[in-house]
Amino acid sequence: MAQTLSARVWREQPQRYRMVANRCTRTGEVFFPPRIVAPGMLDAQFKDVELSGEGKVVTFTIIRVAPAPYSDLAPYALAVIETPEKVRLTAQIGDVDLDQVGIGMKVRFEFRRLYEDNAASVIYYGYKAVPAA
Amino acid sequence: MRDVAVIGVGMTQFGELWEQSYRNLFVEAAAAAMRDAGVEKIDSMYVGCMSSGLFVGQEHVGSLMADYLGVAPVPAVRVESACASGGVAVRQAFIEVASGMADVVLAGGVEKMTDVDGAMATYALATAADAEYEGFQGATFPGLYAMIANAHMKKYKTTSEMLAQVAVKNHENGSLNPFAQFQNRITVKQVLASTMIADPLHILDCSPVTDGAAAVILAPVELAERLGKPPIRIIGSGMATDTIALHSRRDLTWLSAVEAATKRALEMAKLKIKDIDFAEVHDCFTIAELTVLEAMGVYKRGHAGPATKSGETKRDGRFPVNPSGGLKSKGHPVGATGVAQVIEIVKQLRGEAEGERQLKNVKRGIAQNMGGSGGSSVVTILEA
Repeated sequence: MAQTLSARVWREQPQRYRMVANRCTRTGEVFFPPRIVAPGMLDAQFKDVELSGEGKVVTFTIIRVAPAPYSDLAPYALAVIETPEKVRLTAQIGDVDLDQVGIGMKVRFEFRRLYEDNAASVIYYGYKAVPAA
Repeated sequence: MRDVAVIGVGMTQFGELWEQSYRNLFVEAAAAAMRDAGVEKIDSMYVGCMSSGLFVGQEHVGSLMADYLGVAPVPAVRVESACASGGVAVRQAFIEVASGMADVVLAGGVEKMTDVDGAMATYALATAADAEYEGFQGATFPGLYAMIANAHMKKYKTTSEMLAQVAVKNHENGSLNPFAQFQNRITVKQVLASTMIADPLHILDCSPVTDGAAAVILAPVELAERLGKPPIRIIGSGMATDTIALHSRRDLTWLSAVEAATKRALEMAKLKIKDIDFAEVHDCFTIAELTVLEAMGVYKRGHAGPATKSGETKRDGRFPVNPSGGLKSKGHPVGATGVAQVIEIVKQLRGEAEGERQLKNVKRGIAQNMGGSGGSSVVTILEA
């Protein structure tokens, strides 16, 4: 089913394990995942930065019918989250009563197991949001 | 650029067509379009298809379809822009005819979605999102549009009832369309009581998984006139892109690609949106119809919900939207959808829409087709 080439998993690890983003040295805009050109600036220079791990829910849903790799995990909360660096990303919110998820909710990111591909014996890890204490 | 007309249209039944193969679906629609146009030969063809690889394990679709349509060695190109593949196939054919590279060009679209189970279909569709940063996190298409819906509800006080009204209206139209997958009427109460797929979207807020194909034949206007068909002219075509990931947009309720594609098509046609009589729009989910109408400039931001609730987009309303039944009721074989939208506009402008579905006094229609959560959109304006 889903591709399980080890190189494909490996090269995304900085982003997924440590939330490595990059900042355009000219405009200061932070990109996640890191980009190699900035909009309208083919010669932009970048510096890697790690996201702070904090965030706020901009919008959300509860996924009740999941795609193949996540079929067994539904229902789960999924949200667009904005970080203090003004980066927006999509992540699940774990360790939460689904009724409590809402726009404006404060979260922090944790390193978590996301799903397993049993056929290929690969376990996928990455960031997941949880309610901020 | 030469003036271009649609001279033939054809489509299959939309639905769960267990007995029909992927290739035969396309060939049936394409042959119907050629018969309708009265042509036995074409110079070139485009096949809109989103994901034959995941749905039926087949790529190299241009060759397959040219072979089985019996038109090889004509050039044949598969066009992919997720759920906008069909609309972009029409646009590429339009560009080829307008440029003078070819005279009679077929633009078709096809998707065979019921050969895989629901989880696999959900996965295949989710590949239209950012696979590494949305799909990997467990995003689905209902989920992405649900997040647009929650943002729209928060910002503009749009309600679940307003969303439901879109589905009710489109089923009412689809009940009159013999090609539609669902020809039943539904009520707001039924929509709101139906199974939740991704909050706040119920299953009756979602377009279905569908098998189907659709095709049109394009030709220069002077050739159309010689063939004796009522030439329905393509007077505007626009396409645009936006961020592939929903989360990258500053305003999650705004579809920039739809706005830009509409603007380009209107500029080519030298018209304003108020000069258009009706629309077929990409209602893959009920919230999509509302946000699309706002991005197209039919309604101000936040106004499409109340307008829908008051009946303005019904067949007898101020601006009829989705007289075919839309994706919601007619069905959504993703690669075919954009072509089927153009077919509905042509039928309405020819006065050939079945029975009560025929709109009165329409001269110009607009078709809006969209890929992913709005990462691409293509708009076509046609005139009788």
